[in-house]
Amino acid sequence: MAQYEKILLRNMEQPGYRGSLHEYERTGGYQALRKVLRDLSPAQVIEAVKNSGLRGRGGAGFPTGIKWGFVPKDHPGPKYLCCNADESEPGTFKDRQLMERDPHQLLEGILIACYAIGAPVAYIYIRGEFRLGAKILERAIEEARGAGYIGPRILGTDVGIEVYVHQGAGAYICGEETALLESLEGKRGLPRFKPPFPATHGLYQKPTVVNNVETLCNVPHIVNRGAEWFASIGSPPKSTGTRIFCLSGHVKRPGNYEVPMGVTFRELIFELGGGMRSEKPLKGFIPGGASAPFLTPDHLDVKMDFESVAQAGSMLGSGGVTVMEEGTSMVWAALRLMEFFYHESCGKCTPCREGSSWILQILQRIWAGGGRPGDLELLEDLCKNIEGRTVCAFGDAEVSPVLSTLRYWRDEYEALIHQAEATRTTKGEIPVLTM
Amino acid sequence: MLREKHHQYIAAILKRYPVKRSAMLPLLNLAQREEGYVSEAAMKEIAAILDLTPSQVYETATFYTMLNLKPIGTFHIQVCKSLMCALVGADELIHWLEDHLGIKVGETTSDNLFTLSVVECLGSCATGPMMQVNDDYYERLDRQKVTQILDDLRRNGTSPLKSGPFMCPEPVPPSS
Repeated sequence: MAQYEKILLRNMEQPGYRGSLHEYERTGGYQALRKVLRDLSPAQVIEAVKNSGLRGRGGAGFPTGIKWGFVPKDHPGPKYLCCNADESEPGTFKDRQLMERDPHQLLEGILIACYAIGAPVAYIYIRGEFRLGAKILERAIEEARGAGYIGPRILGTDVGIEVYVHQGAGAYICGEETALLESLEGKRGLPRFKPPFPATHGLYQKPTVVNNVETLCNVPHIVNRGAEWFASIGSPPKSTGTRIFCLSGHVKRPGNYEVPMGVTFRELIFELGGGMRSEKPLKGFIPGGASAPFLTPDHLDVKMDFESVAQAGSMLGSGGVTVMEEGTSMVWAALRLMEFFYHESCGKCTPCREGSSWILQILQRIWAGGGRPGDLELLEDLCKNIEGRTVCAFGDAEVSPVLSTLRYWRDEYEALIHQAEATRTTKGEIPVLTM
Repeated sequence: MLREKHHQYIAAILKRYPVKRSAMLPLLNLAQREEGYVSEAAMKEIAAILDLTPSQVYETATFYTMLNLKPIGTFHIQVCKSLMCALVGADELIHWLEDHLGIKVGETTSDNLFTLSVVECLGSCATGPMMQVNDDYYERLDRQKVTQILDDLRRNGTSPLKSGPFMCPEPVPPSS
């Protein structure tokens, strides 16, 4: 692998770095905020982020500067920034590290984003389980307030910004941006119809930007070193900058690895991750969190950028790469993920709520040795009646483990069903109602 | 009861939001912290604080899986069973805990000390198998480590084996 520079993990990889305000400032921290307040108009900041090519790191990959640009400039009422720290996508654990190890990097990004869109208040919506992260952020906010970076008159200017930590209480769907807003309003986290989009009708129906933790952490670096510098990293023009990939599963060295976008899965898994944990070869992997369709060893040389992974039939998603060795049942793997999606479906849309339950029951039956001919067609039929028919992207996500394992490992499903057929005693079986 | 004991905290929370109802989750979390679960009395009190009906609070509370609506043991053991942890031994951990504690998933030990739950992904996929006990994460678990943790909890109410600020892999000192 070619040499490259780490951006977001650089500070915390210094031995002894604990992420205090003092340490952060010593590495050049809050210089970007000073520069923005001194030299740049909000429009110039938005322009720089647009030119950098930065795209959202939460999963959808929407261009950040364009999202900021959608916020009406002349809106008379308040506007809001929400930092999405509800990291819950199975296989993803980068935001946790960014918050717990270098909280001020995130706060500086939040403050610059608030300045750019004209938001006097930012809420960090952090998942309820991250108690330690929430405490660390609260402490960092107090430090920053004490130093004049947060408050009614930041660094003596007339710009005032408040930042609050808001803890969730255990709901994956609250990572969906409109569900996050509902939850922040004190309601059940049910996604909203779009349009209208949060940029015009967000929190309390006011203009709102929702950005992921990692996305915001990039912002100070773009301000400090320029949009052109950022745009030259990775796979320009569409996938610029680095990504923190979260490597898990059957590898020697799981963990968070920050690399320029465009390195291959082979480099991540076999160089950075040290390869498979045993002699068993690689069987398959999930390239971007539980919502991303599975890929096979044939895809190891696919570049890890938005376009290349999409072309390979999956998505870069949240950056969570989960590796499975030979011997792992892919029916079981799909079942495990389906249990997750069934548990986390919010229940708003019928196809997702009912469909996830039916898919799960069929998978459980197949896995328990009760598979029947026609089950696989039924699964595919169910999946196709969920995809694209729900308010949010959860519906598309929940069918991807099933459809992708059926695509690449259909023989494993068939073997289980044949085995069940061969051992089934037909007498006394309860007839199944079919329409 | 919440209002008497946490008057200042509640006032500070309410000031953060232009709409009172936004304080719902902070107050539900506070109630659970106070009693170990969210009681009906607490929900009624939260409704009064937020100018809502008790059913509006109940409606919201039932959506969020972290909120316990019934009393549980002193230590709530939540083991992640999602795929990433299952690949590295979560199921073995769960079965071992069931045997060791003499309870099934969803039950509480007779001394009311431990409640065992299985949960979906806790964002700890590189350091599994793992569990959360009350506020703390415990990662890279094996039998020996879990035995030690349970002993510590019984004796001191906490364990030094809990995770600190997360980083994986750990930074390598320049000398090595």
